[in-house]
Amino acid sequence: MAKKEINYKAQKKRTKYLVYAILTIMSVVWLFPIVWIVLNSFRQEGGAFVPYIIPKHFTLSNYTKLITDASGNYPFVRWFVNTLIVSVCTCVLSTFITISMSYALSRLRFKLRRPFLKVALVLNMFPAFMSMIAIYYILKALNLAGSLLALILVYSAGAALTFYVAKGFFDTIPMALDESAMIDGANKWQIFTKITLPLSKPIIVYTALTAFMGPWMDFIFAKIIMGDDVKNYTVAIGLYSMMTQTTANSLFMTFTAGCVLIAIPITLLFIYMQKYYVEGVTSGAVK
Amino acid sequence: MFKKHSTEQHITFRELFMKGGLPEKLSFIIMGFSNFANKKILKGLIFLVAEVGFLFWLIRNGIHALAMLQTLGTKKQGLVYNSKLGMDVLQKGDNSMLILLFGIAAILICIVLIVLYVVNLKSARNIYELKAAGKPLPTVKDDLKSLLNERFHQTLMTVPLMGVLFFTILPLLYMISIAFTNYDHNNLPPKNLFTWVGFHNFSNVITGDIASTFFPVLGWTLVWAVVATVSCFFFGVILALLINTKGIKLKKMWRTIFILTMAVPQFISLLIMRNLLNDAGPINSILKSWGWISKSIPFLTDPTMAKFSIIIVNLWIGIPATMLITTGIIQNLDQEQIEAAVMDGANKFQIFRSITFPQILFVMMPSLIQQLIGNINNFNVIYLLTGGGPTNSNYYGAGSTDLLVTWLYNLTVNTMDYNLASVIGILIFILSAVFSLWAYTHTNSYKEG
Repeated sequence: MAKKEINYKAQKKRTKYLVYAILTIMSVVWLFPIVWIVLNSFRQEGGAFVPYIIPKHFTLSNYTKLITDASGNYPFVRWFVNTLIVSVCTCVLSTFITISMSYALSRLRFKLRRPFLKVALVLNMFPAFMSMIAIYYILKALNLAGSLLALILVYSAGAALTFYVAKGFFDTIPMALDESAMIDGANKWQIFTKITLPLSKPIIVYTALTAFMGPWMDFIFAKIIMGDDVKNYTVAIGLYSMMTQTTANSLFMTFTAGCVLIAIPITLLFIYMQKYYVEGVTSGAVK
Repeated sequence: MFKKHSTEQHITFRELFMKGGLPEKLSFIIMGFSNFANKKILKGLIFLVAEVGFLFWLIRNGIHALAMLQTLGTKKQGLVYNSKLGMDVLQKGDNSMLILLFGIAAILICIVLIVLYVVNLKSARNIYELKAAGKPLPTVKDDLKSLLNERFHQTLMTVPLMGVLFFTILPLLYMISIAFTNYDHNNLPPKNLFTWVGFHNFSNVITGDIASTFFPVLGWTLVWAVVATVSCFFFGVILALLINTKGIKLKKMWRTIFILTMAVPQFISLLIMRNLLNDAGPINSILKSWGWISKSIPFLTDPTMAKFSIIIVNLWIGIPATMLITTGIIQNLDQEQIEAAVMDGANKFQIFRSITFPQILFVMMPSLIQQLIGNINNFNVIYLLTGGGPTNSNYYGAGSTDLLVTWLYNLTVNTMDYNLASVIGILIFILSAVFSLWAYTHTNSYKEG
């Protein structure tokens, strides 16, 4: 019996080491590309491809080149400011829109509620790229194509149909709260602002952060709307435009420097909101 | 307005017209008249302005826009003989694309007015009924108040729905219409006109010239969607179980390492992967310098190899997400059941197969279906990694690794075959809808969740 116990313990220990080994290998595989970007952004010599991983000479010049826009065609700082403007405005508008929509669809009862939920489900099933070109022409007809305002409008208008996560959250707040407030003579507006919103801080933060991060990552819609207007680019299309066939080699390290500068704030925000992310995906998925 | 009276009995609009007085009768022609007659100036003014504005627009642009929808333009751009001048003059020509866009916008405007018209009649009926019952009419203040109470949903949803109408529904109707026209690279406005062709594009995609591209691309899309979803799910669950193994220290650190890779924007991580896997990229050159290979491995340039590379790279992206989501589920698993199984002599694999995995699968089913649909439309991975390549001469406008959605993108941006792109878009929609419907009716967690 005692021997068996020892065997069992030894086996347990072996499993544990095996798990550690697998996790370490996986971590290395997963972190390698990220480490590689960071290392590249400090590399002084060579072009896009070098047959080694650790740079021979370290330098900060890639970052200074990026920020001072040495080549004249890639105004990174300007792109950064553009993206910041777009994402702050989108963040405010989208949060307002998403929260209003999801609250109305979750807590209020009106005749067209169910039909609307069905229509929204159907609308969401069409691939977004399909209507991309049409949106461009609508913006052109409104004389907005190529402006930052157009981007803000498009991103915020899209927010009206992404209410599922927030709706899932509102569904979990007990209706009894609303009812007791109603007995005390509160109207729907007061219930919304005084009772529900203070309870909904997590979902507001989640919605705002997702909306804020969107413009930093989207490069397709932005590219279609901006066309060749380089000075109105956002960072995502700007960086992407650095990687065309002719420039990929010469600008590779500058590109990685840009990637690092963008990835840091986004990563921090993401790690901050990851717990909301899980709640969002599992709770409000489909209802 | 909608909710309050929905349960009460209303007179029909016909009865309203027959029984009502002059203001009610006139409301059928002049919107808001009943409101004016009952001193509800503001509301009446809104209705009246809407009607006058609509009629003005209808005469100036609307009728023309609607009439042009029939032909999508008849005047071609080009030189036309002008008998007055006795020479050829450049004729501006019709722009089919704008005609279609304005035509659809015109239809939407008409629908909005019809809705307003019905609202106007309801308002008139409401006033009539309140008067008949001898109740006081609501004042402007009451009306505004109801916007914060009984009609609060209207206050909240009006602005967002305007956005949906202009930036989702209008473009979508436009692109769906395009599927029934011959708007391709030979008929590009403003130089040329395009016109209605019925279901011709659909038959072209399903049985005609394009079928030899469509079906292989569809096949790869389905294979990709299923393999990508299943592999990420399976390995993600295993990773989550590994991290949550009893006795493993620094659980939070391991988790954070993988979450870190999720946080990096996809366009960055995928472009980096493309570089890493390039024929002249670091992986190939390092393997060469070690003497393991003599020729570059064509990770992304060989059609079959590229498909494998895409799926592997997608694991890099997808596993952490599944891990993050399933961790919560694993921590809430019923421990007693697992202990009982251990008592009965079940080994780790048996526990995993019969207890842990089915439970996770049950909870994850809805989100898996969503991931499957998401993968059918997974634009980023393909576009950034291979750009659809390597090129395939048997396909029209698509490469070997193109999914339907990236092919759609190529058709609009590169080859300018908008009609085909729209058909593909509609087919993708049908595909997603079929999967969702199937899931909706066949999985238990949908019903209980």
